[in-house]
Amino acid sequence: MEFSLKPLLYFLVFPGFAFTAIVGLLSSWVDRKVSAKVQWRVGPPWYQNFADIIKLLHKEIIVPQGSGFTGFLFAPLLGLAGATLVSTIIWVINLNPDSGFVGDLIVVLYLLAFPSLGVIIGGSASRNPLGGLGASREMKLILAYELPFIIAVFTAVLKVGSILLGDIIGYQQVSGIMLRHPSCIIAFLVALICAQAKLTLVPFDIPEAEQELIAGPFTEYSGAPLAIFKLTRAMMLFILPVFLITLFWGGMNFHGWQILASCLKYLAILVFIILVKNTNPRLRIDQAMKFMWGPMTILAIGGMILAVVGL
Amino acid sequence: MKTIIPIGPYHPLLEEPEFFKLVVEGETVVDMDIRIGWNHRGIEKLAETKTFDQLVFLVERICGICSTSHPIADVLAQEDLAGVEVPERAQYIRSIVAELERLHSHLLWLGLAGHFIGYNTVFMWVWKYREPLLDLFELITGNRNDYAMLRPGGVRRDIYKKDLPAIRKVMDELEPANEMLTKAILDDPVLNARLKGVGVLSKEDAIRYCVVGPTARASGVDIDVRRDEPYAAYDKVEWKVIVQEDGDVLAKAVVRLLENFESIKIIRQCVDRLEELPEGNIWNPIPEMPPGEGIGHEEAPRGECFHYIRSDGGNYPVRVKVRAPTFSNLPSFKASCLGETVSDVALITAGIDPCYCCTERMAAVYDGSNRRLYDWQDLVRLSQEKTEKIRKELGR
Repeated sequence: MEFSLKPLLYFLVFPGFAFTAIVGLLSSWVDRKVSAKVQWRVGPPWYQNFADIIKLLHKEIIVPQGSGFTGFLFAPLLGLAGATLVSTIIWVINLNPDSGFVGDLIVVLYLLAFPSLGVIIGGSASRNPLGGLGASREMKLILAYELPFIIAVFTAVLKVGSILLGDIIGYQQVSGIMLRHPSCIIAFLVALICAQAKLTLVPFDIPEAEQELIAGPFTEYSGAPLAIFKLTRAMMLFILPVFLITLFWGGMNFHGWQILASCLKYLAILVFIILVKNTNPRLRIDQAMKFMWGPMTILAIGGMILAVVGL
Repeated sequence: MKTIIPIGPYHPLLEEPEFFKLVVEGETVVDMDIRIGWNHRGIEKLAETKTFDQLVFLVERICGICSTSHPIADVLAQEDLAGVEVPERAQYIRSIVAELERLHSHLLWLGLAGHFIGYNTVFMWVWKYREPLLDLFELITGNRNDYAMLRPGGVRRDIYKKDLPAIRKVMDELEPANEMLTKAILDDPVLNARLKGVGVLSKEDAIRYCVVGPTARASGVDIDVRRDEPYAAYDKVEWKVIVQEDGDVLAKAVVRLLENFESIKIIRQCVDRLEELPEGNIWNPIPEMPPGEGIGHEEAPRGECFHYIRSDGGNYPVRVKVRAPTFSNLPSFKASCLGETVSDVALITAGIDPCYCCTERMAAVYDGSNRRLYDWQDLVRLSQEKTEKIRKELGR
């Protein structure tokens, strides 16, 4: 009995759903608080996001007439499942680098796209022109940022010579963090900007631009499905920086004082993302695509070439 | 495939109800329709039941942001009708209040424009800089909005000499802030990418659609009521009309930011002059309103605001007509929005600084053969029937 319970606990409590959700919601509080400070406001108390989610869970679920019922309600769950799984995989490997499986990095990359897929399915299923437009923008955005993101990730793979996440962490524990290589610094920066787009934060919050599309794909959502979407976004705000730290910055380490260092690393990336969010206007979707396929992809390829020549 | 994207009547982009019907192919807007009439308050009709003195308070409530522009246009019309002179001190006070209003209105727009392109930091910062202006209004007029400073024949309240240093202080603090904002907007590459070349309104189109105010001046049309037909103290102080040639949203932002400097300049000169003039003489009474008609136009922050008053010699006007600047500017969307993307249209519509409560004072429903279907009573009846229906449905 105990044998089959352990993976379940991994997925549901630590380091899967519950842990990621709680830290994710706290991270979004950091986001809201830092944004407020930048904008000369006071900002909410630390439990605000928890209160928001709990309140939304109590609200009525309205399914718009003529919408794709299954797709509409299934989409948020898809995103949540993806976020939970990817969090479990990344954390289990961070806690025990030997526990990976062959090609886990590729699985992680796939699962990281799940929340965006959920948004697309939900927006398209909602039978709302604004939702549809938002979904189509999200689709374009995925096409735009996935290319430089994957190139940047594979720069690290090239450097280590293994596609196992555990090997990448082990390599960094033995011979220092990836960020001391120029090629990896470039890849890290590219991946960081792509993470901004993956999180659909300003300047890449194009799919849900509230002044144009009200809430884009989320326009028709209410109650629990909306809460799940919001929770998924909060979880992604936690997972993506951790993923980048795992790849480039020595991973999350929990031995003694290393805990503090790990937390600081995460906070540094989080605050960087928040500051970018607060010091930029929103781009247009065509500008975002040009930016991602032009300068970012060229930069990422440049980093990869540097990695090939051994820098 | 053509899809209709509704912006409004209730939408985060619009602070007031308004309906833009965008016909889009993909993201490109191929056609556009504007429907006004969601915010009917019957002010022009109501005006006929007010005495000339009360009228000023009524028109002040047409719009909260231009709450000095409408009264100024109104008292100008009344003075035109009665043929009275306004004391010099009152002229300067009118200019000060009007320019302070222009400052706060332009800053308000700038903040909103930042918000509309997702740049909430600009929104919060600009509104923070705007706050001392509202405090200043409270100091010199008693209200943050709806100042009730205007009165036919002069002004209702004096600006006392002890308050003048406060005005100077606010101006001294605002000038560097405005300079910082101007530099930040002109230098930011991402802002330039979003604003430059977006929603260009050519000079020909600007003239063809009769646009007014900063919208016209950003398209190279050199008009400004303050210079062309001076009222208040604008012919007694040094300032210049800001004109930009590009006609895009960036040019509209630049015009407003540079106009802020001119406003600060005007206010400083007016304050200097108030220091010299003796306190007290701020009003010439209008003993009797003769029959006839009078017009007044004023350069509101959004453009020319026009008031027409007709009197039959009694205590009440027989007709009051208001044409707000947004009413002239709205149709130009047909020229500036078609062919742009949905993201840009949101910004372009914001670019004229639309004020819908100024624009929407009356709605009339016509059928195809130009026959009026509903009059005021009909609309009231329809509204009451609807309320009754909702009550029944809810079982009350």
